[in-house]
Amino acid sequence: MAKSVVQEFAKGLWAEIPPFRLVLGLCPTLAVTKTVENGIGMGVATTFVLVCSNIIISLLRNVIPKKVRIACYIVVIATFVTVVELVMQAYTYPLFLKLGIFIPLIVVNCIVLGRAEAFAAKNSVIPSFADGLGIGIGFTLSLTVLAMFREALGYGTLLNMELFGPSFKPFTFMVEAPGAFVCLGLMLCLMNMLGKK
Amino acid sequence: MREMFRLFIVITIFSAVSGGLLATVRNGTQEKIEYQQLKFVKGPTIKQIMEGCTNDPLVDRFKIMDGKMERNFFIGQFNGKKNTVAFESYGKGYGGDVGVIAAVNIETDEIVGVGVTTHSETPGVGSRAKTDPSFVSQFKGLSMKAPFKVRTDGGDIDAISGATFTSRGVCAAVTDLSQIYSRLKDKIIEQMG
Repeated sequence: MAKSVVQEFAKGLWAEIPPFRLVLGLCPTLAVTKTVENGIGMGVATTFVLVCSNIIISLLRNVIPKKVRIACYIVVIATFVTVVELVMQAYTYPLFLKLGIFIPLIVVNCIVLGRAEAFAAKNSVIPSFADGLGIGIGFTLSLTVLAMFREALGYGTLLNMELFGPSFKPFTFMVEAPGAFVCLGLMLCLMNMLGKK
Repeated sequence: MREMFRLFIVITIFSAVSGGLLATVRNGTQEKIEYQQLKFVKGPTIKQIMEGCTNDPLVDRFKIMDGKMERNFFIGQFNGKKNTVAFESYGKGYGGDVGVIAAVNIETDEIVGVGVTTHSETPGVGSRAKTDPSFVSQFKGLSMKAPFKVRTDGGDIDAISGATFTSRGVCAAVTDLSQIYSRLKDKIIEQMG
């Protein structure tokens, strides 16, 4: 079942893309996709944590005792999330304020812990890096596309640029929680239709 | 027994390395974060309480040593006179420290405005200390010498309903600010020329 490194990377972009195929990380997906800027920011932050934690956990996979493995993974993941938080505070303060509590919540994002347990703990460093990068980029793409729909229909803007004229009546349902679910479902439906061919 | 020892050692090493790394990153980013907070969080509050000033208080700022602490003072210019100064302190709120900046007219010792900067209060309840102007506007015009307390503690400030701890925290912060003011007034006047 050995896949090449490129295949490990590519699977995260379609076949095993969160949150659609790998049904993980739904909470931040629904919460931060009100605007494209937030979606991209969250995606990049999560990708950084995913890649770094995959690398470290893969490097240490023979050192971490099975009985305390989850505790060790969480320490590693939480460390990288805190680093991301501090860096965002120092360099992208307005985005940090907008994402708010969802940055520390990356620690409990099921994607990160899930890949650590399911992949990084059992594979060597280069495939783990590819896996983390692919799934992280896939996640970022999902967030961006979903946010594009929600922001365009719900606010009438894309990346804070007005799309339609003043006669546009915002479909505010899209930027509320129920709208997020509906949008997610429609996207999944589209993906299934495209996949069936 | 040996296994337990190994588990203990591994987790201890993990925590130690993690702690060390985080302390390093924190030190490395501390200055930048302070500047960003000044720019995005305190800046707007300072500009808001010194509405109508003809200069940039963030640019016209000076520091004074208060015991072991260094404090920032922001100057406000009104009608051509640099007669207002703003500075920050903290009071214990419900979820942690509430940061409060007060602007004082040094000629009349009167409060020109009060604003909340950082806080960890309950969103929608205690957070109203920052978002609801009617609460902090109570301090406007009061003398900087009075102790500041909520009505239930015998004072004159109406607390935000449902947010007594937060309101007390703001009052405690303004009280501390008045103490700082009386302590450092001479040095402030010296710096403002």
